[in-house]
Amino acid sequence: MRRPRIAVVGAGMAAARFAERYGALGGTGTVTLYGAEAQRPYNRVLLADVLTGRLTPGDIALPTGAARTSTRAEVVAVATAAHTLALRGGATEEWDVLVLATGANPVLPPIRGVRRADGTGLARGVHALRSLADCVALAEDAARARRAVVIGGGVLGVGTSRALAVLGCEVEIVHQGPHLTERHLDADAAHVLGAGLAALGVESYTMNRARAVHCAAGTGRVSAVELASGYRLDCDLVVLACGVRPRTALAHAAGLAVRCGVVVDDTLATSAPDVYAIGDCAEHAGTVHGLSAPAWDQADALAARLSGTGPDTRYTGSRPLARLTAGPLEYAAFGEVDEAADPALDVLRLSDATRGSYKKLLLREERLVGAVLVGDVSTVDALADAYRLGRPVTDEPLHLLVAGG
Amino acid sequence: MRERPDFPVNRGALCGKGRTAAAVLTSAARLSTPLVRDRRGGELRPATWDEALDRAAAGFDAARTAYGPDAVGVFGGGGLTNEKAYQLGKFARIALGTANIDYNGRFCMASAASAHQLAFGLDRGLPFPLQDIPGTDCLVLVGANPAETMPPAVRYLRELRERGGTLIVVDPRRTRTAELADLHLANRPGSDLALALGLLHHVIADGYVDDEFVAARTTGWNGARAAAMAHWPERVERLTGVPGPRLREAARLFGRARTGMVLTARGAEQHSKGTDTVGAWIDLCLATGKAGRPYSGYGCLTGQGNGQGGREHGQKADQLPGYRSLEDPAARAHVAGVWGVDPDRLPRPGRSAYELLDTLGREGGARALLLMGSNPVVSAPRAEHVTERLHALDLLVVSDLVLCETAALADVVLPSAQWAEETGTTTNLEGRVILRQRALRPPEGVRTDLWILRELADRLGTHEGFPDDPEEVFEELRRASAGGPADYSGISYRRIRETDGVFWPCPDDDHPGTPRLFLERFATPDGRARFAAVTHRPADEEPDAAFPLYLTTGRVLAQYQSGAQTRRVAALNRAAPGPFVELHPRLARGLGITEGDLLAVTSRRGTAVAPARITETIRYDTVFMPFHWPGEGRANTLTNPALDPTSKMPEFKLCAVRVERAQAQGAERAAS
Repeated sequence: MRRPRIAVVGAGMAAARFAERYGALGGTGTVTLYGAEAQRPYNRVLLADVLTGRLTPGDIALPTGAARTSTRAEVVAVATAAHTLALRGGATEEWDVLVLATGANPVLPPIRGVRRADGTGLARGVHALRSLADCVALAEDAARARRAVVIGGGVLGVGTSRALAVLGCEVEIVHQGPHLTERHLDADAAHVLGAGLAALGVESYTMNRARAVHCAAGTGRVSAVELASGYRLDCDLVVLACGVRPRTALAHAAGLAVRCGVVVDDTLATSAPDVYAIGDCAEHAGTVHGLSAPAWDQADALAARLSGTGPDTRYTGSRPLARLTAGPLEYAAFGEVDEAADPALDVLRLSDATRGSYKKLLLREERLVGAVLVGDVSTVDALADAYRLGRPVTDEPLHLLVAGG
Repeated sequence: MRERPDFPVNRGALCGKGRTAAAVLTSAARLSTPLVRDRRGGELRPATWDEALDRAAAGFDAARTAYGPDAVGVFGGGGLTNEKAYQLGKFARIALGTANIDYNGRFCMASAASAHQLAFGLDRGLPFPLQDIPGTDCLVLVGANPAETMPPAVRYLRELRERGGTLIVVDPRRTRTAELADLHLANRPGSDLALALGLLHHVIADGYVDDEFVAARTTGWNGARAAAMAHWPERVERLTGVPGPRLREAARLFGRARTGMVLTARGAEQHSKGTDTVGAWIDLCLATGKAGRPYSGYGCLTGQGNGQGGREHGQKADQLPGYRSLEDPAARAHVAGVWGVDPDRLPRPGRSAYELLDTLGREGGARALLLMGSNPVVSAPRAEHVTERLHALDLLVVSDLVLCETAALADVVLPSAQWAEETGTTTNLEGRVILRQRALRPPEGVRTDLWILRELADRLGTHEGFPDDPEEVFEELRRASAGGPADYSGISYRRIRETDGVFWPCPDDDHPGTPRLFLERFATPDGRARFAAVTHRPADEEPDAAFPLYLTTGRVLAQYQSGAQTRRVAALNRAAPGPFVELHPRLARGLGITEGDLLAVTSRRGTAVAPARITETIRYDTVFMPFHWPGEGRANTLTNPALDPTSKMPEFKLCAVRVERAQAQGAERAAS
């Protein structure tokens, strides 16, 4: 049999993982990754470390096995019936199997002045942080910056703020939500996190919306962020950390079923034959994860299927753990967060203000359904296992709160 | 038994097994006459040596005639002397003409051996003498528990710490060795590979890479670095269960140390990813410049008396004496020259240990087997299946000193001499060749293995080339090893007697031997060490709903291997009378188990029964069983024979099991 040609659209983490696993499992097809960026696949999770200089851009390359990577090769169209794809510049490539791993784009909030008047991109001094190129540009600007405003107080915003603080910037976070990282943490936990940030010189303004970005008349460079309240935060650097959105335009144009992400089933197949989707662009069972662990689970499952070593492998979903490590700031969280949402939830809480730690477990019918650890994550393994296995934890749940407990 | 305080390896210290080793020589269980079984299902009865040897040789010949030469298998042991291991390999290839020879060392150090070869071009347990260990600044022990398996080594660990050095122990159990450590990482079974890559990640990120060393003395760094990038801290935390801050602390301790060593043992190696796991730990040493330099390097702790020498001289399926490859035409020509045969007469590589056992009595497998110095009924993975395969043989011939569980299945049992009753060399983990001199005469009726091989060869039509004088065999081994990686040609009995042993390679009489390897160059063609670009993969069998726990296996202080020797010593049996199942109090409570309850531990391959031993020193998701005992408490009934693709090491250290009270299980069975 002819070796199948597997084309992977995207050269991000899911793509690299798929390529590496496919090769390691002995898949006989030829795998080509088409990436729009100039770099070979790299680990996006580590961009904050690149920003602080802990790692260099060259350090964070990921293994791809025997796969070929085409860099600066943006796929602009896919023809599912003809089994071809078109690259910017006009080239057409054939494939037998297509894997969409197009990832996600940063959300650019509707803030006046964020973009240049001439439409050529973000205003000077305003950055997103999604790609290595973004990171390099931000690092360059941050080296000269004194005061930075980070718009968005989710996990990326918090991690980036800490990195900028390490680089010597005064940092202010503007966050619309009721508290920082509300998708992962409750208010008390976020308070502990905020205190940790404050100790690094990072101020947080929650329940605040940025209304406009102002630039200095002479240099054209950002000079302030105006809040909805009218208050102005002077700054010379702005980072947009307002989340990401699955990149689905290609799939949509190709006629694939797309809701929030590209819809896939347990085999990671899309609505078209021989076309699969994994990672941040994929929507499985109504969920788009947007985290690396589920992306790798999906890549592993697809690699097992397509390599022939696990033709019956199914991806049945992930129970991901949200985890932040940013110098002294650490948290781990998963599952349900808000006990007020359900009176049947039992709550166990341990808070240690002097050590800056906060821990909360949510139990339903003796089973762990959610947890938050801030500051001290030493029991994260025991918690994650209890959550994953769904076993009753009535028996001395203290060990889930205190290491060796 | 007398200690020799001036001997540099152990400075005279012996463990309980060593101190009581003389009791094995005079044990009432000792065999003193050959035994034969007249028919399948019949009893073993005493026989003369001639009758037993004739019967064995006739059986080998019959199998050979009916099915071809590969239908006779040979299975050796890592406890055999160099002379016996050498002679057994020669016997297989010359007297029998079979490709199918392998040995229990495949279950011992094969993964470390493969990784050593790949990284350094040479496989010697330690690249430095044991006495260097206390001199290093940071020692990492991975899946190694010398406090129980090699107790005299503990003094080196204590000295290391007294000198201000740091000891890090990686083990799912808080073993006696882990108790000695500055930092114990109690990782999930099967995650040593991910842990090593996580450490390498931190080493890169925190600036501990020795760029000069990497540039001057290694190749393949980009691949290793990329692999480490795929193992960022949060991911490694999930894979290993080791909290991120502890991992980072370990990386800092190792990274900032001026010198450092990593030593692995079976805990890291006995996995279907054992070779890659060792490769990742070697990567950590190479990246930090902790290899090929004094007081630094990667090493492997041996598991058997002659674990090192036993794997150098041809009882491994793919190997010729001197650690030569059976597939290398020049190696074949050299050894065939020493043996006085045409190189084309040498068989090609045969099956690895488990594959050999798994195919016994089957189409294409061995129909007759000679087994020397091993007890696979207790020590092989999936032991019930292996026992069935042994039953399927047309002929099983076992040479041993007692009627061990495997000998009890044999058609011919040959009583052989023991350590103090015959002269021979062994090579320890340092590559130090030691001479063990005969102190006693074997009991009446007992013969040496070399004599047995000579007699069998003679009956099979090879009348020359099988002397039974150990020194004569060693002299031939020297010539056969000359020019090979494990070159013994400059080592003689006289030289060993005059010194405390000679370290190979030692290519001529004037060469001083090589206590420390790789100081100038590694043994690869270009002299550079090779990084392994490896990534984490799950075990062959991970816990699931039906089998929710990890089982890991290992040793206890007072017993050794399959117990064939130690279970015959009263003092050792008092200290360690039988099997048990170690489990965490929380797991025990959840299962309603109390101390001493008889537990049924079940894997996909069978059930073992042993009493509960409840301890907080083990992870809550893991149970532990020692593997020294036969019968219903046999841990290897449960273990998984999934093999490492490179080393063919079975996955002894990890399989998925469920645990319940044995009585309850019995009642259920009765009710259904």
